[in-house]
Amino acid sequence: MEGVDKTFNGDIVALKGMSLRVREGDFISLLGPSGCGKSTALRLISDLLHPTAGRIVWTGTHGTGDLGVVFQEPTLMPWATVAQNVWLPFRLRGKSYTEVKDEVLEALRLVGLEKFQTSYPRELSGGMKMRVSIARAMVTRPRLILMDEPFAALDEITRFKLNNDLLKLKAAIGCTVIFVTHSVFESVFLSDRIVVMAARPGRVITELPVNAPYPRDEVFRTSAEYAAYTRQATDALHQAMGEAA
Amino acid sequence: MSAVERSERALVLDADEVARLRRRKLERVGKWVLPVAVLLLMLVIWDRIVVWNEIPHYILPGPGLVFQTLITDWAMLFEALLVTVQITLMALAVAVLGGVGLAVLFTQSRLVEMSFYPYAVILQVTPIVAIAPLIFIYVDSRIAGLLLCAWLVAFFPVLSNTTLGLNSADHNLRDLFRIYGASRWQTLRLLQLPSALPYFLGGLRIAGGLSLIGAVVAEYVAGTGGLKSGLAFRILEAGYRLNIPRMFAALILIAATGVIIFAGLSFLSHMLLRKWHESALKREP
Repeated sequence: MEGVDKTFNGDIVALKGMSLRVREGDFISLLGPSGCGKSTALRLISDLLHPTAGRIVWTGTHGTGDLGVVFQEPTLMPWATVAQNVWLPFRLRGKSYTEVKDEVLEALRLVGLEKFQTSYPRELSGGMKMRVSIARAMVTRPRLILMDEPFAALDEITRFKLNNDLLKLKAAIGCTVIFVTHSVFESVFLSDRIVVMAARPGRVITELPVNAPYPRDEVFRTSAEYAAYTRQATDALHQAMGEAA
Repeated sequence: MSAVERSERALVLDADEVARLRRRKLERVGKWVLPVAVLLLMLVIWDRIVVWNEIPHYILPGPGLVFQTLITDWAMLFEALLVTVQITLMALAVAVLGGVGLAVLFTQSRLVEMSFYPYAVILQVTPIVAIAPLIFIYVDSRIAGLLLCAWLVAFFPVLSNTTLGLNSADHNLRDLFRIYGASRWQTLRLLQLPSALPYFLGGLRIAGGLSLIGAVVAEYVAGTGGLKSGLAFRILEAGYRLNIPRMFAALILIAATGVIIFAGLSFLSHMLLRKWHESALKREP
């Protein structure tokens, strides 16, 4: 499989001259204040919006099905069971449930919800709903998963747990992740590259590599290394905020 | 929860808990007992007013006489009831088909919606009694005329509620469907129709009552008698003959029909939504 390279040049009100190269297997965080165009960038990548100028180039064999998305809300269909929700990406491609049952159950097993396949979303906690949403995004084994502040609405304990699990999942299915967040700590813990953005107009300020090896765990979360990266990212973010103001 | 836990819990009930449980029990019982008690009370008062004031039965019959008439005229009234119910249910069915069909059409094409929505509103706001005489001039079949009148009254809530429902599908889910390259038909069937279901069912409950009203009003206007006449005509006819007890008896049947339709549709709604929709949730105390 060839690497997913993507060059992106947007020039719209929300986003000015943004360039980003994504390599296969990257975990990239887009970090910045509200209104810096992080979500716009994701919408452009997912082809929901089209760039006014510049272009988005995919190399390799990319189709629309090669994308998984997780929104800030779990965005589940309340009338469908957990398994039916996870089945959705396949279903929209015309695959019957029996055809893909194994994949659906495997995805649910990976997020630790195999016992809840016949539950309805309203019976689950916020963290569990988010897990279903993640299972749905990766059930088709896409090469790229876009996540738009997926854990912003969760409590910190749940968020830490999901962060850990997300890294394990990424390692398990070997995909690329672009992760939008407000949280410095989250971006440092998760990514190997942090893209710091500023608002009005939305643009990239700087890119910070986080050269800590995976797998990362609670030891990393409390290490001096982690603290140093956090400080770097915080400074970059302050700079971004300062320029915007 | 096991019985042991339950009894242990019962031991630690404080005064607040006891009061809350008593309130809940009162509510459960009261929901059924109170309306029945009020009904009985009203019947007694009605009966006493008639007896004490010696009101003749051609002005106001007592409840006993009305009940007696309901039994003696049962054959005729029941036949009329069947006619009215038939018109009502057919009108409701056509209202559902027409309302949902138009709503789907409207959401598929903005042009169609812009062209026809104003006329749907005009049809809705024009009183049916004003249109009905015209309908009966141009429509030969009496049944078709009645159906048309009842449908005109009933279809709008289905249309407007379903349209609202189809358009209120979660925006993120809509994006998700687009990202996965869903076709129009898939989006409609898997996303928009399920999202619209609670709204549609709300409209359906209103339409159920309205189609009965439409059927009755249309019968009044159509007026003609004969073998196949419904309850409304029986009421008119009994009025001409000063047969007041029969008017009351027919009225009771119409009201009962309305209540049954409403209860039936509410039950349907509950069954369809109980698994997932907020409205069907039993809230924790």
